[in-house]
This record gives sequence, structure tokens and C-alpha cells, in this order.
Amino acid sequence: MSEFLMPSLGADMKSAILMQWKVKVGDRVTKGQVIAEIETSKGVIEIEVFQDGIIEKILVEPETECNVGTPLALIRSDSDEENITVSSVTAEQAQTEAIPLAPLEKATPDRYQDTTPPQRIKASPAARKKARELGLDLADLAKTSEGEIHLSQIESVAKTELKTPSADKMRQAIASAMSLSNAEIPHYYLSASVNMSPALSWLEEINKNLTIKARILPAAMIIRAVVLALEAVPELNGYWQEGYHQVCKEIHPGIAIALRKKGVITPALLGAKDMNLSQTMQALDDLIMRTRAGKLRGAELTQQSITITNLGDLGVENVYGVIYPPQVALIGLGKIIDTPWVQENKVIVQKVMKATLAGDHRATDGRTGALFLDKFNRILQNPKELL
Amino acid sequence: MNKEQIKTSIIQQIRIIAPDLEYDDIPSDENLQNALEIDSYDFLHLLTALYEQLGVQVPEVDYGKVDTLNRMAEYFAERIKLN
Repeated sequence: MSEFLMPSLGADMKSAILMQWKVKVGDRVTKGQVIAEIETSKGVIEIEVFQDGIIEKILVEPETECNVGTPLALIRSDSDEENITVSSVTAEQAQTEAIPLAPLEKATPDRYQDTTPPQRIKASPAARKKARELGLDLADLAKTSEGEIHLSQIESVAKTELKTPSADKMRQAIASAMSLSNAEIPHYYLSASVNMSPALSWLEEINKNLTIKARILPAAMIIRAVVLALEAVPELNGYWQEGYHQVCKEIHPGIAIALRKKGVITPALLGAKDMNLSQTMQALDDLIMRTRAGKLRGAELTQQSITITNLGDLGVENVYGVIYPPQVALIGLGKIIDTPWVQENKVIVQKVMKATLAGDHRATDGRTGALFLDKFNRILQNPKELL
Repeated sequence: MNKEQIKTSIIQQIRIIAPDLEYDDIPSDENLQNALEIDSYDFLHLLTALYEQLGVQVPEVDYGKVDTLNRMAEYFAERIKLN
């Protein structure tokens, strides 16, 4: 028997609300299957199970807030004579992804100290929903009112109290990760001008033969080029953890996706190495849609092996990014601009993009970064490789 | 379908694609992507939705002709007439 625990989806996450179970007692589950939805400061996230087995018992009711590490369900694995709890692996997996971000005093999961889920507060479903939307804590309200909390109470409190919407939590999460990055990571920056004209005209030709629905955006083509360049220079794709540089075999680029007024999330485009150009576009489309709808999976928030930030749509030319720990690099892409370009001793107008690499100097040196930018550039000059 | 009706359709689609937009009025003559902070991904989705509704595909070379609300409505109006 093993416990399925509330996973940590980042060091800033201390608790989350279990929203919904996707399975019931007696269901067979397989590794990687989504079995529940939780609500965090990053929206509603689908969480996966890390083992095969049968749901033995559900320990936490929907709409309960639980600390990270709280057992949510018991799972009977097929080889249950073994005494090893698979969930401890789960917890570890979740934690190793996140721990490097965590402040030092919280290096171990506190599942043995504070695992009792907070007591369920009596409130009408509408009141609960409204409170969540407004970021109000029902526990605070419960202290000052008797019996069940109703919608009207929430609304009257909302008028008088300063609300703390989830956007603020996201700000806090970004703040702690970026402070840590700036304090610990010795960044180096390299930048190169990439002539995008050959790749853009090549893409335009491809798009001519595609329906509008299958059309490939330059953003997807550029991600594909980054992935191919990372295959050639894998050192930038990985982590710096506990004093060691680990190169990641799979390429899971975290794509910075703006939520307009509500901040930014960089979910992973999982398994990007195994996608061709049109699959990259489809996966990107799906990822952006789910990010903006608040429907990401746990793995997408924890598995990023490098970050790609494209601010070209807003007219930015150079992006000097801050690496998201424990990653060791960030690729910044600027606007594609018509620029005078010298080719065969003639000045011609070409579409040029500035690509910038922020590297962690503990893990790699400028030369590695330079090799990457050179490869990236060369791929885009010979776009057939991108297919 | 006249230009004004097309404009209404475009505004409807923009609101579906970017429901979190805070603008009451979508400016008619400003660059849509800049004014509304919609990215190339949103823009493609807008054109896809309009294609499904109006039956007109905007090829990439014509993106410059559909950069504002007014110009986009004109572009669709002309081509719907031709169909």
C-alpha cells in the first residue's frame, strides 16, 4: 500500500485545494494517469499518479485545502508485499524538482509535521466558490461568524476587505524564484543577430499549402530550431542541483506564456525532441490554450529543462532573461525587424531577429553558449532541417 | 453581410479569444495586436475563427491588410462580395 501525496509544483507552493477526483475507490490506475485536479496559484492543475495500482481509499474530500505532502489517497500496487512505499518516491520526485528553489530552512518536506488537512469549514457551495474567486480565506470568516457561511457574507466582506487574488500569489511565486536566481546564479549573456528571411520565406511557402487551421507560426518554428540546436549542444538543457550539473536527456522547454494582466507561466512543452515541425505547432497551440484556460498538468509545471521567452510580439529587440532555477539557461527572442544586412558585398534588407542566451556560469561557459547560438543560427539558414 | 455586421462579428470573436480583455471599446483604426496586447497566436486564432464563420481565409502575405479593425472588416467585406 502506498500513499498518493499532494505534490509540490514549485517551492513556493505550500498547499493547494483538491478540487476534484477523476477516479473512485476500486479504479485501476496506471503510471502517468491524471487522477485529480488541484487548484494552485497557477490555476487548476491536473495531477498524475506515478505508479500502477488500484485506488484503495480516498482520504481527502473535494474542495479541501491540503498542505504539500498530505496523503490524498491510498493506492494498492500490484506487488504489495513489498514494504517500500512508492509514494515516497513520488514525494521525492516532486521535491527534487522543487527543492533547489526552496528557502534553506525548508529543505525537507514537512509531511511528518503538519499533514492533517485543515478542518473543513461549513460554507455554502456558492460562498465557497465566491471566496475562492476573491482569494478570501474562509477560515478567517469562520472565526467571526457562527454556523454556515453564506454567499451574502462573502460579498459583504469582499466590499470591505482588501482582496488577495491569485495574481498576487503568482507574483509572490515569481518573486521568490527570481530573487533566488539573481542571488545564486552567476549569469552570462550572449547575443547573436539571426537572419530570419530564409526561414520565414520557407515557412510562408509551407503555409501556402496548409489550411488556416494547420498554419505554422514562426514562434513554433523558432522553438523547433531551439530544440534542434539543443540536441547538438545538450549542456544547456538541464539542471544545476546540489553543486552538480546534470544534463537532461529529454528536452522539455518551458515556454513563457503571458496571461495578459495576470502574470506569466512557463509550462513545459513535454518531449519536444520527438516532435516534427507541425507537431511542435500543435503541441504549442494546445499548451497555450490550456495555460490560458488554467488547465495544465503537474508535469508541465515541474519538468522544464530550459526556458524560452519570446517578447518579439511586443517590439522588444533583446531579451536578457533571468534563469529559472534549477535550470541552467534561458533563451530570449526578440522582434523580427527589417534590417540592412550585408550579403556578398551588397547591402540588402533582411528580416533579422536577436537571439540571446542567458547561461549559468557554474554549469557552462561562454563557449558552450556560443556553440549553441551558432548552431541555432545555422539551422535557421537551412530551414529544411526543421521539418 | 455588410461591413458593420462583419465588424460586429470580429469584435465577438476577439472577445471569445481574449475574454480577459478589459477594453469596452476596441479601437477601429489602431493596430489590433498592439492596442489589445494580443499575440501572434491569438491573431491566428482570430483569423481561423473568422474563416469558419465567414468562409474567407487570410493568407499570410495579406496580414498587413488586416492590421486594424476597420481594415480587417473591409478586407472580409470585399471578399465576401466576390464569393
